[in-house]
Amino acid sequence: MYEIIEGFLEAIRLIVTLDPDVMAIAARSIIISLTATIIATLFAVPLGAAINFSTFPGKKSLINLIQTLYSLPTVVVGLLIFLLISRVGPFGFLRLLFTPTAMVIAQTVLVLPILTGLTISALSGVDPVIRDTLYSLGATRLQFLINIMKEARFAILAAVAVGFGRAISEVGAAILVGGNIMASSFASSTRVLTTAISLETSMGNISQSIALGIVLLVIALGVNLAIARVQHR
Amino acid sequence: MHKRIIFAVAAVMVALMLICGCTGTTSDPTPVETQQLRIATTTSLYDTKLLDHLTPIFEEKYNAEVLIVSAGTGKAIEYGQNGDVDVLMVHDRAREDAFLADGYGTDRRVFAYNYFVLVGPESDPAGIKGMQPEAAFTAIRETGMADGSDVVFVSRGDASGTHSKEKAIWKGAGFNYSADVQGSGDWYQEAGTGMGATLTMANEKQAYTLSDIGTYLAYKGDLDLVTLVDEGDILLNVYCAMQINPEKYPDINSTVAKDWVNFMISDDVQKEIASFGVDQYGQPLFYAAQDDWEKIGVPQAEVKDPIA
Repeated sequence: MYEIIEGFLEAIRLIVTLDPDVMAIAARSIIISLTATIIATLFAVPLGAAINFSTFPGKKSLINLIQTLYSLPTVVVGLLIFLLISRVGPFGFLRLLFTPTAMVIAQTVLVLPILTGLTISALSGVDPVIRDTLYSLGATRLQFLINIMKEARFAILAAVAVGFGRAISEVGAAILVGGNIMASSFASSTRVLTTAISLETSMGNISQSIALGIVLLVIALGVNLAIARVQHR
Repeated sequence: MHKRIIFAVAAVMVALMLICGCTGTTSDPTPVETQQLRIATTTSLYDTKLLDHLTPIFEEKYNAEVLIVSAGTGKAIEYGQNGDVDVLMVHDRAREDAFLADGYGTDRRVFAYNYFVLVGPESDPAGIKGMQPEAAFTAIRETGMADGSDVVFVSRGDASGTHSKEKAIWKGAGFNYSADVQGSGDWYQEAGTGMGATLTMANEKQAYTLSDIGTYLAYKGDLDLVTLVDEGDILLNVYCAMQINPEKYPDINSTVAKDWVNFMISDDVQKEIASFGVDQYGQPLFYAAQDDWEKIGVPQAEVKDPIA
C-alpha cells in the first residue's frame, strides 16, 4: 500500500515539475498517434463515403469485414508491419524498422478499419429526410456529398477521436516495430507512453509508470473534452 | 464550412511538419551529418544502465547517434540475421560462434565478463545455499516437484544468453531440458522477458532465478532476493560486441559499427567498464576483459586487437 501512495506522490511530482523525460515521451506519443490518425482519416473518410454511397454486390459482407477488423489485435498489426519492413522483408530497403515512421505506419493500419467503419455508420446515420430533400431540390452529386458530410461531421469527428484513442493506447505494435528506443535525439527515439509504462513497470519503477499512466489518461480525457466542446457548439 | 475543415487539416499537418522539422534541427546542430548506429543488445547491458553510461561518450567522440534495442540474446541475433541492426552485443559464446560461422557477423571482440548468480528468497526453501550450481538446480527441481511445495524457479524463457546458460546448467546436472524441466510442474515458470523484469517477477513470487550479477546488483535495492550460489566455473558470463557482416548486408553502417566495437575494447572504456557501478553498489557490475583473456578462455586477439 505504501508503495502505491509513494508512487502516486512521485508521479504527481514528475508531472507538476514537467519532468523532461515524461514530457518528451508524452509529446512523442501525441505526435505519432496524431499523425497516424490524420493519415488514416484522409484515407478512411473518402473510402467510407465511397462504400456508403455506392451499391455493389457484397457490400454488406465488406462492411461486416471492416467491422470485424475493429478488433484487429495490435500485435498482429505489429507483426505484419514488422515482416514487411524488416531488412529481409519486401520494404526492407527503406530501413524503417525501429523508427517513429514505422510506428505511424502500424498505427495507421490499426485505426484504418475503425475509422472507415465509423465513417460508414456516420454517413448512413444521416436522416433520410435530408437525403430525400437534397434529391428533390436537384442537388448535384458533389453538392449532395458535401451536405451529407456536413450533416455527419460530428459523428465523423467522434470516429476520429475513437481512432486516436486506439492509436495512442496500443502497445503491441509500438513495441514490435518501434523497439522502445530512447535515443539522444527526440526524432530517433521510439519510446512512447504505453511502451514506457510496460518497460518501467517490468523494471520496478512504479512511480514513473504511474506518472506516464496519468499523462495517458489526461490526454484521452483532453481529446474527449475537446470533441464534446465542438459537438455542443 | 467545407473549406474551413480543409484548412484546419492543412494547418495541423503544417504544424506537425514544423514540430518534426524543429526537433530535427535542434538535435543536429553540427553541419556534418550525424551517423546513426543501431545496436541490438542483451538486456543485462541495458538494464544495468552500462550502455546509458557509455553511449554519450561515444556519441560525442564520433558524432554519431546510438539507437539501442534491448532484447534477449536470441532476439538480438535474429535482428542481426535480418540485417536490422549494425552491431550485436550478446553473451552466448556457442550461438555467437554459429552466427559468425554462418557469415552474418564478423569481428567479434570480448569487452567484459562477470558471473551468473543463483538468487532466491532468504528463507531458501530448497536449501541450496553454497552448493555447486548443478547440485543446486537438482535440489530446486526435487523440492519443487514434491507435493505441496512452495519452491518456484522463474526462468527467463526467452532464448536469451542467460536462458542458454540455465539450460547448460540443467544439462550439466544431468537433465534433459525439455523433458525433465520444462513442463515438469508448476515449480518451473518461464517469464519470457528481460533480466530486470524476470528478477522483479521472481521477487513477487519469492522464487529462485538465475541472473547475471550486474543486473542483480542494479536491482538489488528493490528486491528481497539474496545470492545463494555464486561459485562454479559454469557461471562465467562473457560479453562480446560484433558487427554485422557488411558482405552480407552492404548498406549497414560498417564504419561506425567498427568504431563502436573498437571503442568497447579501448583502454578508456575498459577502465569505465571496470569502475562502472562501484560507487553505487560497492562492487563492479562487470569486469574489463582486456587483461583477463586467459582466465575467461578467449583468444588474446579478441580482447586486444582493434578491427582494422
